[in-house]
Amino acid sequence: FTLPVDRVGFFGSPSLSTFDISEDTQQQIIRETFHLVSKRDENVCNFLEGGLLIGGSDNKLIYRHYATLYFVFCVDSSESELGILDLIQVFVETLDKCFENVCELDLIFHVDKVHNILAEMVMGGMVLETNMNEIVTQIDAQNKLEKSEAGLAGAPARAVSAVKNMNLPEIPRNINIGDISIKVPNLPSFK
Amino acid sequence: MALKMVKGSIDRMFDKNLQDLVRGIRNHKEDEAKYISQCIDEIKQELKQDNIAVKANAVCKLTYLQMLGYDISWAAFNIIEVMSASKFTFKRIGYLAASQCFHEGTDVIMLTTNQIRKDLSSPSQYDTGVALTGLSCFVTPDLARDLANDIMTLMSHTKPYIRKKAVLIMYKVFLKYPESLRPAFPRLKEKLEDPDPGVQSAAVNVICELARRNPKNYLSLAPLFFKLMTSSTNNWVLIKIIKLFGALTPLEPRLGKKLIEPLTNLIHRPGEFRHEFSVSVLISLSSGMPNHSASIQVLKYLGLLAMSKILRTHPKSVQAHKDLVLQCLDDKDESIRLRALDLLYGMVSKKNLVEIVKKLMSHVDKAEGTTYRDELLTKIIDICSQCNYQHITNFQWYISVLVELTRLEGTRHGHLIAAQMLDVAIRVKAIRKFAVSQMSALLDSAHLVASSTQRNGICEVLYAAAWICGEFSEHLQEPHQTLEAMLRPKVTTLPGHIQAVYVQNVVKLYASILQQKEQAAEPEAAQDVTQLMVDRLPQFVQSADLEVQERASCILQLVKHIQKLQAKDVPVAEEVSALFAGELNPVAPKAQKKVPVPEGLDLDAWINEPPSDSESEDEKPKAIFHEEEPRPAKPRQPEADEEELARRREARKQEQANNPFYIKSSPSPQKVRLDMPGVEHIPVVQIDLSVPLKVPGMPVSDQYVKLEEERRHRQRLEKDRKKKKKKDKEKKGKPRRHSSLHTESDEDIAPAQQVDIVTEEMPENALPSDEDDKDPNDPYRALDIDLDKPLADSEKLPVQKHRNTDTSKSPEKEDVPIVEKKVKKPKKKEKKHREKEREKREKGKEQKEVRGPPWLTGPASQATCLLSRPSLCHSLQGTTGRKSLTVNPDLVGLFQKSSKHRKKKHKKEKEERSKDKKKSKKKKPPSDEAAEPVENGALDEDPLPVRGTSLADPGLSPQTYDIQGSLQKDSQVTVSVVLENQSSSFLKSMELNVLDSLNTKLARPEGSSVHDGVPVPFQLPPGISNEAQFVFTIQSIVMAQKLKGTLSFIAKNDEGSTHEKLDFKLHFSCTSYLVTTPCYSDAFAKLLESGDLSMSSIKVDGISMSFQNLLAKICFHHHFSGKRWGVALNKSVSVDGKCSDSTLLSNVLEEMRATLAKC
Repeated sequence: FTLPVDRVGFFGSPSLSTFDISEDTQQQIIRETFHLVSKRDENVCNFLEGGLLIGGSDNKLIYRHYATLYFVFCVDSSESELGILDLIQVFVETLDKCFENVCELDLIFHVDKVHNILAEMVMGGMVLETNMNEIVTQIDAQNKLEKSEAGLAGAPARAVSAVKNMNLPEIPRNINIGDISIKVPNLPSFK
Repeated sequence: MALKMVKGSIDRMFDKNLQDLVRGIRNHKEDEAKYISQCIDEIKQELKQDNIAVKANAVCKLTYLQMLGYDISWAAFNIIEVMSASKFTFKRIGYLAASQCFHEGTDVIMLTTNQIRKDLSSPSQYDTGVALTGLSCFVTPDLARDLANDIMTLMSHTKPYIRKKAVLIMYKVFLKYPESLRPAFPRLKEKLEDPDPGVQSAAVNVICELARRNPKNYLSLAPLFFKLMTSSTNNWVLIKIIKLFGALTPLEPRLGKKLIEPLTNLIHRPGEFRHEFSVSVLISLSSGMPNHSASIQVLKYLGLLAMSKILRTHPKSVQAHKDLVLQCLDDKDESIRLRALDLLYGMVSKKNLVEIVKKLMSHVDKAEGTTYRDELLTKIIDICSQCNYQHITNFQWYISVLVELTRLEGTRHGHLIAAQMLDVAIRVKAIRKFAVSQMSALLDSAHLVASSTQRNGICEVLYAAAWICGEFSEHLQEPHQTLEAMLRPKVTTLPGHIQAVYVQNVVKLYASILQQKEQAAEPEAAQDVTQLMVDRLPQFVQSADLEVQERASCILQLVKHIQKLQAKDVPVAEEVSALFAGELNPVAPKAQKKVPVPEGLDLDAWINEPPSDSESEDEKPKAIFHEEEPRPAKPRQPEADEEELARRREARKQEQANNPFYIKSSPSPQKVRLDMPGVEHIPVVQIDLSVPLKVPGMPVSDQYVKLEEERRHRQRLEKDRKKKKKKDKEKKGKPRRHSSLHTESDEDIAPAQQVDIVTEEMPENALPSDEDDKDPNDPYRALDIDLDKPLADSEKLPVQKHRNTDTSKSPEKEDVPIVEKKVKKPKKKEKKHREKEREKREKGKEQKEVRGPPWLTGPASQATCLLSRPSLCHSLQGTTGRKSLTVNPDLVGLFQKSSKHRKKKHKKEKEERSKDKKKSKKKKPPSDEAAEPVENGALDEDPLPVRGTSLADPGLSPQTYDIQGSLQKDSQVTVSVVLENQSSSFLKSMELNVLDSLNTKLARPEGSSVHDGVPVPFQLPPGISNEAQFVFTIQSIVMAQKLKGTLSFIAKNDEGSTHEKLDFKLHFSCTSYLVTTPCYSDAFAKLLESGDLSMSSIKVDGISMSFQNLLAKICFHHHFSGKRWGVALNKSVSVDGKCSDSTLLSNVLEEMRATLAKC
């Protein structure tokens, strides 16, 4: 079933729509998924049958590894494996466009944006749109709308956050980025 | 106030935003929990403020925390507040948070219904979009019910962005509220042909999901998907469709053949999806295709996956790849190994089972990781036990495999092994002796008991071992030793349910030892055993497990009693064994359900009068279960021997009822009887063993491989020597081959033992069926709905009445055309074609060429009245809204009928309309009938001045015409004329000319005078018809027109060519100028109220036709439109019309009256 969307890991949370899953289970799923995925070799296939944790044998994990990031989708048998691999690619490329050269920190600091982008691609566990241009267009339009709403009132806040962000490049340097890694998963689909 | 706001926004600058929070958490790695709890406190403060921006920021941070695993459900109400903010920025944050943390149990969710509805109808597409996205994550049955109608409306939204989301979310709605499926399905179907690829793919997605679970309901969509598949270029859609066909082909074999060609084309299409296609093709066609065990791991995986799908239908074709698959077992990638395992399941045969299992066993030893090992274990068991053990020729081997498996540490599948042991021992009589010897060895070995800590662990096997040893104790070599093993103090560390079995079976064992000893006349030995029992049983009496305690104390008392009797030298063995007399039969798991209820027994009736309400709760159970079998009470001192025994038997029966291996004993009296006499029915075949049964020590299954080889070899020799038919050893009398060939086909391998696989018992007349396999809780089951059935009134979606003013404003193409607006712009016409097209479609004929429907050509062959259908193609491709009009003319009638009663009640209109829509579906069959009279009427009625001429000169070129308004160019109509050459001459140089009237003029090519004709752009060979279109310019539509015209042409035949002329008249009726205009109900209402419409009505009496026929006829003749009608049945029909031009109105009504009069 459906873990609808969401990324797991450091970032995301899978929420099973059909069941109520508590935050604990969710974290457990994330940990377990990370554990499973991260210990796999580079040169094995991108599919993983997850078993009970992710809701039974009908579901599998499909992941892709980008540098320090894993993008993991949990899908059921109605999705095509290669299709999902492609979807991950589209997702990453879309992130790249929206953030202009996306990097791990973008994802970490802008979880909400990542969510919004994902929401344009996957809705309620079902693939909504796979055309990158279409996705980017919608995202841009929404951002514009957001900006126009913020208008004058938003100006001071923006100024402050600009100042805050100036420090940003230094801060990460102190942090051990290597561990952070994961992000990911998402979704599953359907039932 | 203003100051306060400024102050607020300055404060806000110093609030943490999401980035600050993330940064903070990363900076506090050591005391993260503490830092976060601080943050949560801050957030709580922020949530208390009035400023929505502050709240939104807080909720945004909460969403992040939720992702980290913190519970934020306490903020649900604040999230809703943010959701209802008017700014998109905040709304989006709110919906995101809601989609993350709301679930079905969230009680505030019902507060969101109206908010979501408001957002759904918001003018901004992003508000709507964000609401749909959020809703898709937390839709509940209540929300689904309340919002289904709103979402359906959105499915026809003008923006594709909204349409696709609405379509997709419908799937979620169907899941939660299955009743909505049927009403929404037609619209969903329409979306398959939506011009926007995103919407189309969403619709395909939804239907594929639906069809995956209940494919048979969607077979009727196959042609549509077929078309999509051949035309679509979207890979996603293609994959989905192919998957869908994969589900459909098993149901409709012809489909598979049809699919081969397009699929082959797809495979050869270059692109990265190529392999996926081949795989999908494999899946859907399940026919032999190239194997994709390519070197790339991904493809290897997919190849294996595809093979496993093929396996289900064509096991033979996959068996050829056995070696390849076995290799995959050695792959370092676990996913690939698991897939390969799956495949093995279908590949085993009698011949290779031993070999494959041996290989698997070696993997079990090597495997690291319990998951994979467990998977191996289950597979081994599955493989061996599939199809009632059909591949197993040697059960000794199988038992040893099972015993070896018990050495696995840490498996979770102990109960599986145990179940297999029990099953085999019970059903295969010949193996019992061997099984018992193995089981007693198991009981002796200590390692199992030691591993008892884990629930479901391997110690479960002891459960089976104890039971087998007890039940078949007569086969035990050294019962005394086994008895001691079972009474060891360590046993008390086992889980309760196993101990309980131990206790029970200790007595069985004891009984058989007792009997042995007495027969051997060794009373002392018998007394020793009794003493042992008395000494050891108390350890069980102290057990914490109730079941163990109860059984142990019963048995302890029994044994003590026996001891007393033994002391008096009374022989007791017989009586003790009587406790366990009888044999157990395997009973099919479904047998209980199949037991017919005996006549005269009403299971629902009260056994006693239901207790009155005044009775206390405590008394009730007593009254109801009054007749229940008395349960064994607390241990009492034995009184009389017989009473004790009776009680024991009762207890045993009770125990059987609780024991899974007795499942079958049923509470119904009939069934209980079944159990006992059943023994005689079990066919028992004599054992003809060629291998010594007893293998010393713990056998290793490998030995059997060798033994098996030898045995087969021996058998072959024997066969050769004797050259005669071997004794048929197969219990079921499988046909044996008489050939003496050496090829070792499956059938030639004789089983090592006479295997008596007892079929499970079923009550008489009960057929094992899968029907009851369906899980009634399966959510998909609710969606198993026959979509082809007409909708019933009761199925309409609930509509919120007080909301209608809002909703009816939103565009609803489908409903709109029903309410036809007065034609404001002149020069519009409607045409018959739509009506005809409908009829045609209903008849399911696919005639697209420009020919009259068959019914027109038949009776009218003399007149050769062919109706042209130039607009047909156009209508077919028309918008969905228009189409639905043509499909449902009845609906128009129904609506109009009801409209009489509520001209002013526009609020209700929408609801009524949706009702009408549903009704209309039902009415389809009647409208079919209606078509008949209409057709005939058409022939009589059509003004065909041409007819005379053509009769006079039948060889030439009769024609038919149709007039249709053109929406693109005002004041122009197009007349389509079908010319058919019925003579044997060749017609060419045709020219059509019309005598223009003031009002109506033929549009001629530039530069020609009013007297020149318009050339017909084609020639007509004999017997051919073609269609020409001529454009007329019309000044006024209020009056009917008749135009005279001539068609001149040259007819050429063998004798030469002649110049001929044909006169005709064109009749332009007022109604033919009318055109359907979509009109929203609010606009319509305004129009009615505006008062600039004049009204008039006609009444015709003496109509005997049914209303539908009448309506169909009117539609047919006059393309009715531009009017509201109130129609009263009762043999008189009145038609009300409103129009801004009273002349037009009266002319139209006049024509209608003429038509009606002919009815």
